[in-house]
Amino acid sequence: MEEKANTHINKQEAVISIRGLTKSFGDLHVLRGVDLDVFRGENLVVLGRSGTGKSVLIKIIAGLLMPDAGTVTVLGQDVARLSTKELDQLRLKVGFSFQNSALYDSMTIRENLEFPLVRNVRNLSRQDINHAVEEALEDVGLSQTINQMPSELSGGQRKRIGIARTLILKPEIMLYDEPTAGLDPITSVDINNLINEVQEKHHSTSIVITHDLTCAKMVGNRVAMLLDGRFERQGTFEEVFESNDDERVQAFYNYNFVT
Amino acid sequence: MDTNHIKTDEAEPRKYVLSRRLDNLFMEMNEVFQFIVRFFREVFVPPYEFKEIVKQCYEVGVQSLPLISLTGFITGIVFTNQSRPSLAEFGAVSWLPALIAIAIVRALAPLVTALIAAGRVGSNMGAELGSMKVTEQIDAMEVSATNPYKFLVVSRVLATTFMIPTLTLYTMFVALMGAYINVNQNEQTSFASYVEQVFGAITFLDVFASIIKAFVFGFTIGMVGCYKGYNSSKGTEGVGKAANASVVTSMFLVFIEELLSLQIVNAIRSM
Repeated sequence: MEEKANTHINKQEAVISIRGLTKSFGDLHVLRGVDLDVFRGENLVVLGRSGTGKSVLIKIIAGLLMPDAGTVTVLGQDVARLSTKELDQLRLKVGFSFQNSALYDSMTIRENLEFPLVRNVRNLSRQDINHAVEEALEDVGLSQTINQMPSELSGGQRKRIGIARTLILKPEIMLYDEPTAGLDPITSVDINNLINEVQEKHHSTSIVITHDLTCAKMVGNRVAMLLDGRFERQGTFEEVFESNDDERVQAFYNYNFVT
Repeated sequence: MDTNHIKTDEAEPRKYVLSRRLDNLFMEMNEVFQFIVRFFREVFVPPYEFKEIVKQCYEVGVQSLPLISLTGFITGIVFTNQSRPSLAEFGAVSWLPALIAIAIVRALAPLVTALIAAGRVGSNMGAELGSMKVTEQIDAMEVSATNPYKFLVVSRVLATTFMIPTLTLYTMFVALMGAYINVNQNEQTSFASYVEQVFGAITFLDVFASIIKAFVFGFTIGMVGCYKGYNSSKGTEGVGKAANASVVTSMFLVFIEELLSLQIVNAIRSM
C-alpha cells in the first residue's frame, strides 16, 4: 500500500487552528490542552483509542459542542465566539460525515440530499436542485438509489449517501467520523477511495477520525495520535509508527496489521 | 460521543445547592421553561417550515380520524346508555339529550380527544425525535445549518395545537351522533327534536371554553412529546423511555389542566 502523495496542500495556510483546547464532561477530562493545525488541502487522520475524545474534537470544530477553554479557529473564525447566524454561515463550509451516516429515516435519498440545499441556497429552480442531487449521487456512485429510503440501503451505501449529502453544499472542510467503522474490508477500501476522490475533486481539507490504520495510511497526508487528551505524535504515517517507544502506539499498529 | 474514561487525578466530592435530587428537579424545570420559551421565540421568526407543518397536521389530524371516530362514537353510545337508568329513576329520561350534550361538549370530547392524541401522537413524537437524537440525525440537521428545533419541534407543536381543537369539534359531532342513535332506538326521539334539545342545553361559553381547553391540551401534548424526544439519551433504552414518558406526562398534565379549566370556567359562569 502506497503512502499518499501530498498534492494541493498549502502548508502556509492553516484552515483549522486549535490552541490549548480542553473539554470535560463532569469529572471526565477528555481533551487536555489540544494544539493542532490542519492545512489547506490536506487529509489529516486523527487516531486514538475509543473514548479519547476524537469525536468530541470534530464536534467542537463543527460547533456542536462548546470548548471549556482554548481557541478553535476554523477558516479564520473563532467557533466559540460566533453568533448562531455566523455559525450557520460557517457550517455551510464545513461538511460532517457521521459515524452512523445520520440519514433522515423518514425521507427518501432525494429528500435527504435536497434538505441542506433548499434551506441554505436561495433562488434555486427545481431543475438546479435535481441537477445538484443527481451530481452528488453520481460522485458517490449511487445514482440508482435516488428514490429509495435509507432503511433499504446497506451500511456502505448509507455512508456514501451521508458523504454525498455533505458534498452537495461543496464544503471547504470535510469532517469524517469513523468512515470505515462497521464496514467489510472491500467496502472500507471503497470509502477510503471516495475520501481521496473528494479531496482531489473538491480540493477540500479533511479531518478523518478513525482507528483503522489501513484507512489512515490510504487517506492521510498526515496522522495525529490522540493520547491522554493531547496530540502526542503528529507526522506522516511512517513517522508516527516507526519508533517503538510507546506501547500504546505499537499496540495500535500490531493489532491493525496483525504482527 | 467519546466521553470515557480519563478521570481527574483527585476526585472531589460533588457539591449540590440543596440535594442532588432537588437540584436535578430545579435544573429540569429550568430546561423545560427554556424549551417552551424557545418555541415562542422561534415560532414567529422566518424561515417557516410550511411543508413540514402541513405534513405534521396530516399525521396528527387525518391519521387520527379512524381512532377518534370509533372512540367518540362509542363514548356517545355508552355514556347515553349508562346515564339513562339514573334519569329514569326521577322520570327525567326526556332530559337525556341535554345531559349528554353538556357532558360531551364540556368535558368528554376534549378529554377523549386529548387522551387519544397523547397515546397516539405523543408517544410517536417522543419515539421519533428520541431515535433521531440517538442516531445523530438532529446533529446532522444542525451541522447542515438548519435549525432542528424549528423544523422538528415548532412544526409538531403547531400541528398538535391546531389539530386537537379541530379533532375535538369532530369528536363532539361523532359522540353526539352515537348518543342520538341510542336515544332514537330507545326513546324514538326524532333527529330534529334531539338537535333542538342539544343546542338548547349548550351555550357559547361551553363550546368556546372546550376549544380553548383543547388548544392548551394540544400545546401540552406536542411540547411534552417533543421535549422528551429531543432530550432523550442512553441509546435505544432512552428512546423507549422518551415514548413512555411522553404519554404518561402529557396524560397527567391534561388531567391537571382539565381540573384547572373547570375552576376557571366555573368562576366565569358565576360572574
